[in-house]
Amino acid sequence: MESKLPTGAEKLIQCLEREGVEYIFGLSGGAAMPIFDALFDSRIKLVLTRHEQGATHMADGYARATGKPGVVLVTSGPGATNTITGLLTAQMDSSPIIVLCGQQIVSLLGSDAFQEADVTGITYPVVKHSYLVKDGKEIPRVAKEAFYIATTGRPGPVLIDLPKDVTQGDCDAPFIDEDDLELPGYGIPARAEASLVAEAAAYLKAAKKPILYIGNGAVISGAGKSIMSLAEKLRAPIVNTLLGKGATDETHPLHLGMLGMHGTAYANKAVVDCDLIMSIGARWDDRITGKLDEFCVDAVKIHVDIDPAENCKILTPDVFIEGDARLVIEDLLPLIEPGDTKDWLDQCAAWRKQFPLRYPKQGGLRTQHVLDRLNAITQGQSIITTDVGQHQMWAAQFCLTTSNRHWICSGGAGTMGFGLPSAIGAQFGCPDKKVWTVCGDGGFQMTLPELATANIHNLPVKCLIINNNYLGMVRQWQEMFFDNRYSGVDLEGNPDFVKLARAYDIKALRIKRAADVDRILQEAHDYDEGPCVVVAEVAKEDNVFPMIPAGAPLSGMLIEKPKHKLEKPTGST
Amino acid sequence: MSAAETTRSSMPPGRSRSGDPPDMLPANPVHTISLFVHDRPGVLVRVAIVFARRGYNIESLVVSPAARGGFSRMTITCSGDPSTLEQIIRQLAKLVDVVHAIDHTGAAIIEAEIALLKLECNVDERTQILQIVDQFKARVVDYGTESLVIRAYGSSEKIDALILMLQPYALSELIRSGKVIMARGIETT
Repeated sequence: MESKLPTGAEKLIQCLEREGVEYIFGLSGGAAMPIFDALFDSRIKLVLTRHEQGATHMADGYARATGKPGVVLVTSGPGATNTITGLLTAQMDSSPIIVLCGQQIVSLLGSDAFQEADVTGITYPVVKHSYLVKDGKEIPRVAKEAFYIATTGRPGPVLIDLPKDVTQGDCDAPFIDEDDLELPGYGIPARAEASLVAEAAAYLKAAKKPILYIGNGAVISGAGKSIMSLAEKLRAPIVNTLLGKGATDETHPLHLGMLGMHGTAYANKAVVDCDLIMSIGARWDDRITGKLDEFCVDAVKIHVDIDPAENCKILTPDVFIEGDARLVIEDLLPLIEPGDTKDWLDQCAAWRKQFPLRYPKQGGLRTQHVLDRLNAITQGQSIITTDVGQHQMWAAQFCLTTSNRHWICSGGAGTMGFGLPSAIGAQFGCPDKKVWTVCGDGGFQMTLPELATANIHNLPVKCLIINNNYLGMVRQWQEMFFDNRYSGVDLEGNPDFVKLARAYDIKALRIKRAADVDRILQEAHDYDEGPCVVVAEVAKEDNVFPMIPAGAPLSGMLIEKPKHKLEKPTGST
Repeated sequence: MSAAETTRSSMPPGRSRSGDPPDMLPANPVHTISLFVHDRPGVLVRVAIVFARRGYNIESLVVSPAARGGFSRMTITCSGDPSTLEQIIRQLAKLVDVVHAIDHTGAAIIEAEIALLKLECNVDERTQILQIVDQFKARVVDYGTESLVIRAYGSSEKIDALILMLQPYALSELIRSGKVIMARGIETT
């Protein structure tokens, strides 16, 4: 009997099935047609998005919520270039996504043929790794490598460019196992060096005012439980970054919440005053350190990171331990002796009492109030994704996380339009969880067509739009630093978002008064038959505090809007 | 004493001169980096992007097959802020196709470079040029009625010095191979 060889596309889909892929988020096009055709017979479910950017954020949201890689499938040329924002977002936040791009046939590469673009060339700076497959035989190896590289070490996006004749032609190459991979330039850190762990333990023992600073690496490695054990043993307070939210329980008495530009005042005061700061999977970002020359100058700095390239990138730590956050902390725990930090914890408690997060109760509907109540309803049990801007910072302040992978937002790239599609991806990955996304009116409009994607799959994603008809964060800066010269921030012409959602045949609710917040949020929270859009018509002008102006030291934190005029920030953006 | 050594003090700026007093040292000495890479498509671009993103200038770059099949060696010379360079080397090592990246600046290495120089010259000048060429142990590889092509071999500094000595003449074309290096003894390049 004559056995028929699979096509390259069929082989590719078989490889994805072997990797356990459940969903592919994508948008079709000519060069990707053989792959879409092969998907037709696969058990992998295709989620047809309305824009390729949406597809990448969905895969990203899926990956961050589940820890499994998210897969994207798009066509060549503009289809592929529309994924670049999503690639950057995933690269900056170490999220494992695989982007499969159709491509013109091999003989037309570089010829300016229809929808032909140098996609591997365009994307080099925003991927962990990438491939241009010119021979069908390479497909099993490339697919295996892509998944391995995307998900191991410091995760990140991998792109595979697939010319149409390669996916259409036969593929007679066998499947490849992980053990057969030959990647001599790619290593996963082994167990941490014992002498460095001992050195860190000695520093921790000597510290009177230690603080643990938790980042995304702790989320990725699932280090939360070990970190809580470490904190409790040391009696050390914890702070987390925007992306570190979820790794540890923010409602724990030792937890001071988020630090940095819009972190809590007590977290930042503790960081300014500590004598030892230990980064666990965080990278001393400019949003965290403020003016670097004045950041924790006299404190001992310990840095745990799986990526050795983070060592000395921003500052020179006293100890750098290369390794997976969870494994390093597990190695460290037996060396830790109970700390005597009563005075230090009392001081932190005093700051917490003296500088609580607060917001004005008058002057119309306040975003802070809406998010405070959202927190009361979700209680850390829902997955919350956000867009980027003021609402994101308020959500980070008021929506306290208690479980890992329950907080998802674009931190490094600050990608507007991330909120809704990432929530859709998270909901696909976690069908038993309630998923909320908090968006501003600006970011929501960048990827809003994905409402249709949510609706056709009856996904019970709850989309809270904080509508102030402004690009609020930039407006805040213009108010504070640019003499109220509002330039390019007024979103005049916004649609009625309730009517817009209804046009998609989606349930939509509106909050206008503070008195309605609880009832409407609860109604949306309980509605599980499909998506629900809640539009909060909030005070037009409101500011996020505390705030550390960009480039200022942490000690320059503003608790409220100062009376005097402020200098324009000269540090990072 | 060879000509190359006697002309050290008049070398062009930017080159490392270890014998000079500290205040005479250029702010950003030239660094020599070796890379051992998996010979996969795009590896050269990925390496170049690490430099380009940080506004770092590559002065020379040599790529050739390594002894082990399927691998290549790159020798890169560059100059710029030293702390940025440290970061560049870490980012190079992080690339999936880079097996290792080593900064050999100041280490015990063998280095070599080849240059070809074309000079337009009359008969009077030719004698003077040949004297210089002889001093530098370079060779004339093409005699023309109005031109000479010279092949020079040695350290990059020696070639710098030769070029300097030939500046007074009509140097119409210059091509250099770029520096290649190998670590001495059992050290890895």
